[in-house]
Amino acid sequence: MAYNFHFDPVDLPPEAKELREEVRAFLRREIEAGTFTPDSERAPFSVAKAFARKVGAQGWIGMTWPKQYGGHERSHLERYVVIEEMLAHRAPTRAYSTADRQSGPVILRYGQQEVKDKILPRIASGELCFCIGLSEPNSGSDVFAASTRATKTEGGWLVNGRKIWTSNAHNSDYMIALLRTSPPTKENRRHGLTQFLIALKSPGLTTRPIVNLTGGHDFNEVVFDDVFVPDLHLIGEVDMAWKQATDELAYERSGPDRWLETITALTELVRVAGPQPGEKLAEGIGREVAHLATLRRMSASVAGMLQAGKTPGVEAAVVKDLGTNWEQALPNKVRLMAPVRGDSDPDSNDDRFEQALRQTTLIAPKLTIQGGTREVLRGIIARGLGLR
Amino acid sequence: MSDNIIVDTVTRIFGDLCEPQTVNAAEEGRWPEELWNALEESGLTLTWVPDTLGGAGAEMIDGFAVLRVAGRFAAPVPLAETLMAGWLLSQAGISAPAGPMTVAPVHEDGNITIDANGKLRGRARHIPFARTARHIAALAKRDGAPVVALVAVEGLGIREGISLAGEPQDTVTFDGATAIGTGAAPAGLDPVALARLGAAMRTQQMAGALEHILDQSVQWSLDRVQFGRPIAKFQAVQHNLATLAGEVAAAGAAADGAAEAIASEGPASERALLEVAVAKVRVGEAAGNGAAIAHQVHGAMGFTYEHSLHHATRRLWAWREEFGNETLWAGRLGQMIAEHGADDLWPFITQGT
Repeated sequence: MAYNFHFDPVDLPPEAKELREEVRAFLRREIEAGTFTPDSERAPFSVAKAFARKVGAQGWIGMTWPKQYGGHERSHLERYVVIEEMLAHRAPTRAYSTADRQSGPVILRYGQQEVKDKILPRIASGELCFCIGLSEPNSGSDVFAASTRATKTEGGWLVNGRKIWTSNAHNSDYMIALLRTSPPTKENRRHGLTQFLIALKSPGLTTRPIVNLTGGHDFNEVVFDDVFVPDLHLIGEVDMAWKQATDELAYERSGPDRWLETITALTELVRVAGPQPGEKLAEGIGREVAHLATLRRMSASVAGMLQAGKTPGVEAAVVKDLGTNWEQALPNKVRLMAPVRGDSDPDSNDDRFEQALRQTTLIAPKLTIQGGTREVLRGIIARGLGLR
Repeated sequence: MSDNIIVDTVTRIFGDLCEPQTVNAAEEGRWPEELWNALEESGLTLTWVPDTLGGAGAEMIDGFAVLRVAGRFAAPVPLAETLMAGWLLSQAGISAPAGPMTVAPVHEDGNITIDANGKLRGRARHIPFARTARHIAALAKRDGAPVVALVAVEGLGIREGISLAGEPQDTVTFDGATAIGTGAAPAGLDPVALARLGAAMRTQQMAGALEHILDQSVQWSLDRVQFGRPIAKFQAVQHNLATLAGEVAAAGAAADGAAEAIASEGPASERALLEVAVAKVRVGEAAGNGAAIAHQVHGAMGFTYEHSLHHATRRLWAWREEFGNETLWAGRLGQMIAEHGADDLWPFITQGT
């Protein structure tokens, strides 16, 4: 058999079901209190920051990490439930989500003891915001072509070069950067890259905004000019970062953030459709809900398999490929289902619908690019099938 | 899905006795006696009949796993139909007879009636394998109340028809026939619930067939050399196969959702309605998309009768229509979502899990 895909049945433990109710109650309270509004344009960073502290206080950041580092030693399935509820309610998670999902786990696994002791509890409390320094002007999907250099110096490293498309760098406290410490070898072109923890306030580091097509500022260019990084901030082995591109990180591909980004387009369509949508519209809604429910099942299943200590690497790539393609196509499918005249009353359901369409249409192009393009993912799946 | 001795057994039997030539011969009207006997002797045909009624008494979920394997091998026997018939009979406490069986009706508006003397009336359309079955488990109505009836096929009026996959799909006329056994159907068991079970079963068979065409397409792409290299080395082909893999994975997951809902809460439950609708829509879509890619990868060879690709792809095209196609189920699902309203969309999808 070429590849036997396996998705374990989703069987959330009772504690995860209870937790879901807790999270829903928390989010309802926060929405009522005006902490955030689920159907508004993106909240300012100060709102996201305050929200991160509240989520940290609930114990919902670093949920699976050891208690000694401020974690809560809860299961992947419980973490999964929290994340999907946050996203389904469009909560402003961006001040902590990157650290919770990626940076924290990397530090936990490869960071030096002092860094783990110092940094991880501050991530878990919602205090620290992280960004990821991977892409460069000449190194996008080809991650291992990175050329921003770290050169050994007394007590640390000097960094020179540029990172680009760095989301949230202007709001972040730290970056985990992939830097060139040696040239690649003939045998292994992925050799020679090393991960470092870099404080964004370091002297010599400049962050410049890149405004995206929505008019928003999320991307940045980060320029390093003799930025000093102490030895303590070396993460893992020198030149061996390619080995640290761990399975664990690859699994983050299958999370709910890979299929819930445009869900408001569907929710608002259901709202304007009303209880008797008619045959054609009901059918359109049904088709998309079938996709949504299947993706959710697959995504939760991967979380369950992780919890069980399995390694569903290809399954995770498949979930991201299916999920991002679906969420990207959704706004256009939805807009073709309901007639839009463009003269809706402000604050009406029609207006909410049109607003959801505008927002999701604008973000759609990035969904199959960020965190690994569609083409890269399909390459990974093809390798899993034994074609490469 | 369960990994167990039942799945191992059925895989071994099909591996030994369900070769591509068996499937072709069945289409020409030759009954695969040896295959059927092996299935029957192993108890697989009565997976869903409790041992008190002469069956294997296995879990519901095991029967769905058996169908997944049957779909992988394009098994040209009424295994799904016999399983379903055995299940229907056992719901009314009727012992299951030996031999192949099928079920009627397969549509939600089925209108077979039975009188106090056990005489049946009515016509059932699109009955799979009616002419090859020895018995039919019918869900009939007596004064409006559902009754399960066991009927011998011999003596029934059968007008032969054929499915897109070349399998028997006949019209059965019951007029005058007397049931061998009858029993009241339990509450909630009506043609709607029965069709829901049928739809869930077909999604498992489709998921199995999709797994098979992924295997077959990957292998073909590695073997077939063009422009000096296996076509598997071309990125365009790789991406097509990766897309096929996604459809296969989604179909398997959606089909399992339907199986689990029926196994845990029964076909009449609201959760079964949700999960079966999701599965029939998603798996049906995967069947169309997946078969198209498999054929594209196989080129002209896959369009020949000689090549066995059509054993799976024609069944996929047939099964996606049976017990309701994507459009029908999407309409039901959408109507259900609309009635719950926008703010309940997410809670509704996450119910139970």
